Amino acid sequence: MNSLLDFFSFADPNIRFVVIGSVLLTASSAIVGTFTFLHKKSLVGDAIAHAVLPGICLGFMLSGTKNPAYLIAGAFVTGWISLIGVEYITRHTRIKEDTAIGLVLSVFFGIGILMLTVIQKSGNAAQSGLDHFLFGKAAALVGQDLFVFGTVAVLLLIAVFLLFKEFALLAFDKDYAKAIGLPVRGIELTLTSLIVLAVVIGIQAVGVVLMAAILITPAAAARFWTNKISVMITLASIFGAFSGLSGAYISYIAPAMPTGPWIVIVISTVAFISFFFAPKRGVINRLLRQRNIRRTINDENVLKTLYQLSEESRNFFIQRSAEEIIRRRKFSLETLGKILKRLERQGYVERTGKHWSLTEEGKNRGQRVVRIHRLWELYLTTHLNIAPDHVHDDADTIEHLLTPELEAELEKLLNYPKVDPHKSEIPYS
Amino acid sequence: MNEEIITPALEVHDLTVAFDRKPVLWNIDLKLPEGKLVGIIGPNGAGKSTLIKAVMGLLPLSSGYVKLFDHPIDEVRKKISYVPQRESVDWDFPASVLDVVLMGRYGKLGLFRRPRKADYDVALDCLKKVGMEAYINRQISQLSGGQQQRTFLARALAQQADIYFMDEPFAGVDAATEKAIISLLRTMTEAKKTVIVVHHDLQSVTQYFDWVLLLNTRLIACGPTATTFTQQNLQETYGGKLTLLSDVGDLIRREHFPNREGVIKQPKTI
Ligand SMILES: Nc1ncnc2c1ncn2[C@@H]1O[C@H](COP(=O)(O)OP(=O)(O)O)[C@@H](O)[C@H]1O
Ligand SMILES: [Mg+2]
Repeated sequence: MNSLLDFFSFADPNIRFVVIGSVLLTASSAIVGTFTFLHKKSLVGDAIAHAVLPGICLGFMLSGTKNPAYLIAGAFVTGWISLIGVEYITRHTRIKEDTAIGLVLSVFFGIGILMLTVIQKSGNAAQSGLDHFLFGKAAALVGQDLFVFGTVAVLLLIAVFLLFKEFALLAFDKDYAKAIGLPVRGIELTLTSLIVLAVVIGIQAVGVVLMAAILITPAAAARFWTNKISVMITLASIFGAFSGLSGAYISYIAPAMPTGPWIVIVISTVAFISFFFAPKRGVINRLLRQRNIRRTINDENVLKTLYQLSEESRNFFIQRSAEEIIRRRKFSLETLGKILKRLERQGYVERTGKHWSLTEEGKNRGQRVVRIHRLWELYLTTHLNIAPDHVHDDADTIEHLLTPELEAELEKLLNYPKVDPHKSEIPYS
Repeated sequence: MNEEIITPALEVHDLTVAFDRKPVLWNIDLKLPEGKLVGIIGPNGAGKSTLIKAVMGLLPLSSGYVKLFDHPIDEVRKKISYVPQRESVDWDFPASVLDVVLMGRYGKLGLFRRPRKADYDVALDCLKKVGMEAYINRQISQLSGGQQQRTFLARALAQQADIYFMDEPFAGVDAATEKAIISLLRTMTEAKKTVIVVHHDLQSVTQYFDWVLLLNTRLIACGPTATTFTQQNLQETYGGKLTLLSDVGDLIRREHFPNREGVIKQPKTI
């Protein structure tokens, strides 16, 4: 536990640089990334990330030094050219945007790798470390880097703060933004510049290859937890910062571990957790809801069958064996047993030995399902002109779905009919 | 074809719009008077949405120009309001009903500024007008189709414009709400606003609209409902496929023809 204390006391300036640098990078990328994500431009982010590599090499070749100013300028230029390329191809050829992005991405990245190889083979001593841009060098951040990162992060924050409502509107409804006279083109250019800027800075920590992950993943994870943009941005930046911090810590306790890839692993884990466990939008919750729906359908089908068995005799509280139910409607004996036990727990059926009978509440619920089924069949035949022999399957689903309000509306619309298209009585309580 | 309108709210002159070189609107020429409730009628794919978008400057024009209140649109954007087709946006977006209605204020607010208290007041008022006050904080992904439509309508009202373009505002709206909205639009036209509505249901046209604009790739007719919404015009709008026109359009695309020689651009006004 000593390493934990050492790390979080931030006494060592190197640790300070790495931590602050990583957190600044990941958090500000996540904020810009939220809008990239909402504008459905995630792929574009990836294209930019790959397209800056030749720019960095070019900056080095022209200046002969690794001075960040030249490298960033070069990166900015090729990042932009790649975007113009994507837009040109989409607009003037029949190639769709995703294909154009793939094309531009691989061409630029290929050229970048080629240039990098040439530089490395040239024997120029100053070049060592240039390949950091491929996978990042977060663990080697120094004070001067922090100054650059900090400035850029503040710039990004100010821009996002000022243009928050414009970015949000454009992501939701671009035509409307144009229609009310917002300078859509300018706003889009600004957002793209912010993405390029975030990428150019971010690749120094995680590298070209993993950059798209720290741009988009925090936003994708945050989206699972909230329906508010402001909360989403906050969450994304917290997730980003957390992954930056964890990445720095992991490579501190295990120096062989590179920071950048660990940042990506941590943020991916956060995304996985969100994907599965987030309330409402998470997968597990959806599965649970689906299971509940399946249960409801099964339960109601059994209640309906019990009701229908007694429709002739009008004595709804007769005791019936499981076999009698199965003869009327197909269930496996095991499933039926489970359903009946559940219904008993809920108070819809009662058990006497091997026999089951409806309670008053069970009868009402079964009756409602039968009523909706027949109303819906009638609605389909009278209002949608569907043949009476084609309406049963549809009604079998609708009967479990309709809300009381819609049911009332249906009754009113059909004027409380007495019989369905098959001349079966429609029961009202 | 229609009597002279001295101060038209909307003037469209020789408008042609093409997608991928194939024209979907040919030589549209029309004027609409101020303060009327106007229906745009035509079959699916007739170019109704395209006409509205072209008028709003959302699409490049192959030829012709559009003027609103005798100005190019960019000079009068603040007087113009737009209800896009509901399906044109992804409703699974992190925003509430109120957030969306407040967007109607962004044009007036301009860049950088946040909605003020007064803007909230307007938004709430507009939500009341369309009967959505109970859903202010509802997530838009959880709205029914009719509620989404009414949210868009409230957003357009919040613009407090002089002319409104509405693309199928009644799609998915129940009959009672449709009636309520029409009477709302009526009060707006009584206050000299011009409201232009893409509408599908032929039954209600005479009851709803002062003017109609019958469209099917080209303009069939445009004028007061009583004299324009005739059996013959309807026949021409809905009957008879325009195969020749469509074939020529395909030809233009295949052969990479320009739609027009010497394109007429929007005239500059100072
Ligand atoms: N973005 C587009 N790209 C290509 N064709 C389009 C596009 N939008 C509309 N169209 C075509 O233009 C024609 C008119 O469409 P639209 O204006 O949407 O018709 P309406 O609104 O009357 O149903 C249709 O044939 C449609 O296929
Ligand atoms: Mg349309």
